[in-house]
Amino acid sequence: MTASDTNCQSGRVQDLASAFATALGLVATADPAVMRILLLSLRVSLTALALAALVGLPLGALLAVARFPGRQAVLVALNALMGLPPVVAGLLIYLLLSRAGPLGPLGLLFTPTAMVIAQAVLIAPILAALSRQVLEGLWEEYAEQLRSFGAGPWRAVPTLLWDGRFALMTVLLAGFGRAAAEVGAVMIVGGNIEGFTRVMTTAIALETSKGDLPLALALGLLLMAIVLAVNALAQGLREAAAERAG
Amino acid sequence: MPILRRVLLAAFLAWAGMATAQERSITVASTTSTEQSGLFSHILPLFTQASGIAVRVVALGTGQALDVGRRGDADVVFVHDRAAEQRFVAEGFGGPRRRVMYNDFVLVGPATDPAGIAGLTDSTAALQRIAVARAPFISRGDRSGTHAAELRLWQMAGVDPVSGRGQWYREVGQGMGPALNTAAAQNAYLLADRGTWLSFRNRQELKILVEGDARLFNQYGVMLVNPQRHPGVKAAEGQRFIDWLVSPAGQAAIAAYKISGEQLFFPNADKPEPGA
Repeated sequence: MTASDTNCQSGRVQDLASAFATALGLVATADPAVMRILLLSLRVSLTALALAALVGLPLGALLAVARFPGRQAVLVALNALMGLPPVVAGLLIYLLLSRAGPLGPLGLLFTPTAMVIAQAVLIAPILAALSRQVLEGLWEEYAEQLRSFGAGPWRAVPTLLWDGRFALMTVLLAGFGRAAAEVGAVMIVGGNIEGFTRVMTTAIALETSKGDLPLALALGLLLMAIVLAVNALAQGLREAAAERAG
Repeated sequence: MPILRRVLLAAFLAWAGMATAQERSITVASTTSTEQSGLFSHILPLFTQASGIAVRVVALGTGQALDVGRRGDADVVFVHDRAAEQRFVAEGFGGPRRRVMYNDFVLVGPATDPAGIAGLTDSTAALQRIAVARAPFISRGDRSGTHAAELRLWQMAGVDPVSGRGQWYREVGQGMGPALNTAAAQNAYLLADRGTWLSFRNRQELKILVEGDARLFNQYGVMLVNPQRHPGVKAAEGQRFIDWLVSPAGQAAIAAYKISGEQLFFPNADKPEPGA
């Protein structure tokens, strides 16, 4: 895990080449420290995605079918929350989880659980807002049919979620991408503790601080490769399932 | 699809089971200089081996690390700003403060040295020349121990750098590493702790220009967060870590840490502190 100490003119170009070489080396040797960081990244972001989906998707579906006073305000709020700065979310959760804060006795600050909470809070509005958008179109097609079966909005939610599952996959991937790429919030609530709460993004930030730009870039390439693999996997699943569904 | 469902269930259970086994551990709020210089990676495994206690380090600037201690979010605070540490203890947030080790600050700048400070041994004279030349100077600006030391030096030099704020005096509000990256990109001067400097890789045109002034001394201290104030503090384990740091074993571990043959931190738990 070293980089060139070169000071010559072509240093920056060499850094890029060196980053690719370092990334390949990290993968080829399955560097245990890097693998642990990678696994933690996946674990935290996928758990956050699952939690956020449990709340966000039904909420999105409900907003797609239900009509109630103040609905527009909820939609605007939800859309605005999609732009919630991670650092702000991180700070709020930090103050909640701090031992001096209301949830302090749980002792969750500087743990992977705190990072899951932060990422879930960040992506739940994204999942809700995007799934509302996707499902509203579907609802317009199906509304008559579902109503003729006597299904009210509440009953329609599970049906809509199931029928829209392929489109929702893209929504989930968008949420996962945001969670995995996030650094500000997990840095604050996780603390970037080596071997415990260090994930790919905070490791990249740390190596950048240490001036080891090639290593930082190599870790970045690795993270992008993982996100790409997750997307490819999801795409494969979706096609297999679609084929099966006919 | 019962098979798919079973596979998913198995995957979920495996996932949930991955939760790390509960172990004895403490959280230490410390500075970027101790972590990024690699000192902790060197000494912490030795302590964990001797005690069975894992140490989780959150690396922040000294001001922030002390704030984390004030809120009770760490068990031990290990930082380098004597005045701020003494305030922390006086306010009843923790202590007593124990000396652990020292190293020194260095004035780093571009090899072209537009302010002409290379080779000076008087750090305040060097700062005066930088101010007169209005040469770019990067300040941490983050209430860290290094930032506090830098402000003290400006005061001793009789220069108020704030007049150059936004022009030649640039406060980045970030850790040592990002500040060094900025100085390297802008060919600016800055005050750095020697440990981070030695382990820093993106130096470009930067080099040490002034060192060896007694006023560049950098003392590190350690304190237990007050368990009476925050019942969640793991007092016994935290105290054990502090006791180990100042013990012969801990002091020897600190002295043994070197980067390319150069010792980074000098243990001084049992020696009087210069200037104290």
